[in-house]
Amino acid sequence: MKKTLTLALMMIATSANAEPLTIYAPDYFASEWGPGPAIKEAFEASCSCEIEYVTGDLLPRLRLEGDATPADVVIGLNTDDAERARQTGLFAPHNVAIEGLTMPIDWTDDTFVPFNWGHTAFVYDTTKITDVPTSFQALLDADDSLRIAIQDPRTSVSGLALALWVHKVFGDGAEDAWAALAPKIVTVTRGWSEAYGMFTDGEVDMVLSYTTSPAYHIIAEEDETKKAALFDEGHYVMVETAGQIATTDQPELAQAFLDFILTEPFQSIIPTGNWSLPAKLDPAKMPAGFEKVALPETALIYGSAEAEALRDTVVAEFEAGLGR
Amino acid sequence: MTLGARLGLIAALCVAGALILPLIAVVWRAETLSGFKPSDAGVLWFTLWQAVVSAGLSVLLAIPVARALARRQFAGRGAVILILGAPFILPVIVAVLGLIAVFGRSGVVNVALAAVGIDPVTLYGPQGVILAHVFFNMPLATRLILQGWLAIPGERLRLAATLGFAPPDTFRRLEWPMLRSVVPGIFLVIFLICTTSFAVALALGGGPRATTVELAIYQAFRFDFDLSRAAILGGLQLILGVGAAILSLRLTLPSGLGAGLDRAVPRWDSASPLLRAQDAVVIALACGFLLLPIVLVLGEGVWHLTALPSSVWLAAVRSLAIALAAAILTLTLALPMALAVVTTTRGGWIEVAGTLSIAASPLVLGTGLYILLLPLTNPVKLALPVTLFVNVVLALPFALRALIPAMRDLDRDFGRLSTSLGMRGLDWVRLVAIPRLRRPAGFAAGLTAALAAGDLGVIALFASPDQATLPLVLYQLMGSYRLDEAKAAALLLVVLSLGLFWLFERGTRHAEA
Repeated sequence: MKKTLTLALMMIATSANAEPLTIYAPDYFASEWGPGPAIKEAFEASCSCEIEYVTGDLLPRLRLEGDATPADVVIGLNTDDAERARQTGLFAPHNVAIEGLTMPIDWTDDTFVPFNWGHTAFVYDTTKITDVPTSFQALLDADDSLRIAIQDPRTSVSGLALALWVHKVFGDGAEDAWAALAPKIVTVTRGWSEAYGMFTDGEVDMVLSYTTSPAYHIIAEEDETKKAALFDEGHYVMVETAGQIATTDQPELAQAFLDFILTEPFQSIIPTGNWSLPAKLDPAKMPAGFEKVALPETALIYGSAEAEALRDTVVAEFEAGLGR
Repeated sequence: MTLGARLGLIAALCVAGALILPLIAVVWRAETLSGFKPSDAGVLWFTLWQAVVSAGLSVLLAIPVARALARRQFAGRGAVILILGAPFILPVIVAVLGLIAVFGRSGVVNVALAAVGIDPVTLYGPQGVILAHVFFNMPLATRLILQGWLAIPGERLRLAATLGFAPPDTFRRLEWPMLRSVVPGIFLVIFLICTTSFAVALALGGGPRATTVELAIYQAFRFDFDLSRAAILGGLQLILGVGAAILSLRLTLPSGLGAGLDRAVPRWDSASPLLRAQDAVVIALACGFLLLPIVLVLGEGVWHLTALPSSVWLAAVRSLAIALAAAILTLTLALPMALAVVTTTRGGWIEVAGTLSIAASPLVLGTGLYILLLPLTNPVKLALPVTLFVNVVLALPFALRALIPAMRDLDRDFGRLSTSLGMRGLDWVRLVAIPRLRRPAGFAAGLTAALAAGDLGVIALFASPDQATLPLVLYQLMGSYRLDEAKAAALLLVVLSLGLFWLFERGTRHAEA
């Protein structure tokens, strides 16, 4: 008995000593139904190494761990969170030559590498809504019988993106815009899943999601009745990024992974893996079905420092506008 | 003090430590010091009033249901009691979708109202939060109160029949004292559950007006990384819990019904057709309210069960293992604690410590444990043991609620006899304790197992993908557009949890419970 136990412990110990590349990722990214597993496989094919994903809330965990973090690479931080991540001082420069991006914005950040992006948008069911608002203002002016579910900016990244979007479009009138939206907002959920579930189940007519959400329904379910309402003012863009930890004990491997991000094997997994738009992929190589997804002409975004500075303001606008 | 009671005292100290140490760890790790915001008063007020109303309604509605179930025997009664446990273990997100299927815009209720020309009712707002809380907690209250009803000795009922008691007499002399002894504790537990609610409150509350303390903690932690604020709010929740616990213990009176021989006897007083009809309606209404949402949301899952990949089944096995271990560990802690509550002078404080864990913010608890483990090891490697540990601590109050009344009766009714016979140690356990405690212990173990299987809890803070439990997989499926498969996983989860519940209860049941 004792011998088997020792043996078992030794086996556990040796397998842990193989030193995989530890990547912190959001739950949806690393789960079986996200892009993580395919990316892991593609990267491991290019080296004799192993990726180990650790999931959870990235930023709070990094800040708890500080210099002692076992992470080598962090993936899935979006631009609205990037500034806070930078301020932890845990990240090293990415050293990746960034050019030829297929994104609507210039990229100058030297800490974080973008890997995918998408426009925040209100998704609706074409069989239920015929009078589709063509601008954010039209949405505010729409009849109050329109039923919308959104995510809470205090608990969700997409909710925060909406609050920034409202601020970008309406400026000082943001609080009034929220107040105009309030009667149409059926509920505010903690995360994207709850709200989207309510939309799929038919409880709401519109849901805060992404312009690429219809791609899932088109490609995976052959359902073309889900569309994103495109607004003249433009759509707020969320960019997800990755960075490497300065204190990593495997700098070469971490760098190799960052270099891998903007290559085609990685990028071609994104469209149907994360149901979003790759940061750098020849449009001709996008999977069939994506051509049916309508995208807005104007992209709106705040730089990471600006988004950070505005965060408390836009959350307060949301609370005040909806709380009236 | 007996050995058992001493163990109970130690267990209570451990639990208190497990609640307070993580809180201290979070404060210690805080980078800044901050306190309350002006808006917190409103948050606290909403948290408190909705919890009082939710708990009050849950208990009030549970009493007639428990009474109907206690005094009727009918085919399928066991199944009804078992399935009534389902809402309590349902993951929040699934329950919310179920409630929407019944009470939402195009839900059953509004369709029916429209058919008779009544304006639709809206689910969203404080009424939605309270409805969901009653949906979750009324079954728990029913089960716990039913335990109390079944503990009324058959001899008393027989005596009542001999004396020609009408139902109001039975209520005044037998049922009311029983309720006075169990209801305050049950109200407390549900009140505390409702104070720590957050995803439900947000999803059905309709907006930022429905902000609870737990949401404020989440925001402080996730968005502001303001650990001191998170800890202060978490501490506030605990203090609230202590206050409510002390208050409820004051209100608890011993039932004083005395001992019996555990015979199930007919209820002679409630044979009238009117009472029969009344009980039938009560049971039917409760089943409709509790089961319809579940059936509507899980029914769609049936068609997708076979589409679930093997990883989901593996996650189910992992959840099963955690559930079994949690049930055993919880009983190991709860039995001596219940003994200590009843037989020692500081029993009240042990009961408070054992109840408090529901008032602990899961987020603060998880974060604190993470901070405590970090210098020692990589906490991610301990994700499953930590999940188990937290499940045990969180299930303890429920186990104690089931065990303490039984233990109290045991001590009062058989304590002197056992002492005079010099019966102690293992003989006492075998001849006195096991036969009397088997049923509540089985219930406590079943409830713990079901709760542990359905708990998302801290695994979400710690996990690596190969350690996912079934609830976590369910959320992953929902997070990647796969709502149908998520419903199938939820169905699997409910079947698994109820199966464990059934096994534990069946294994320990008396002849005719």
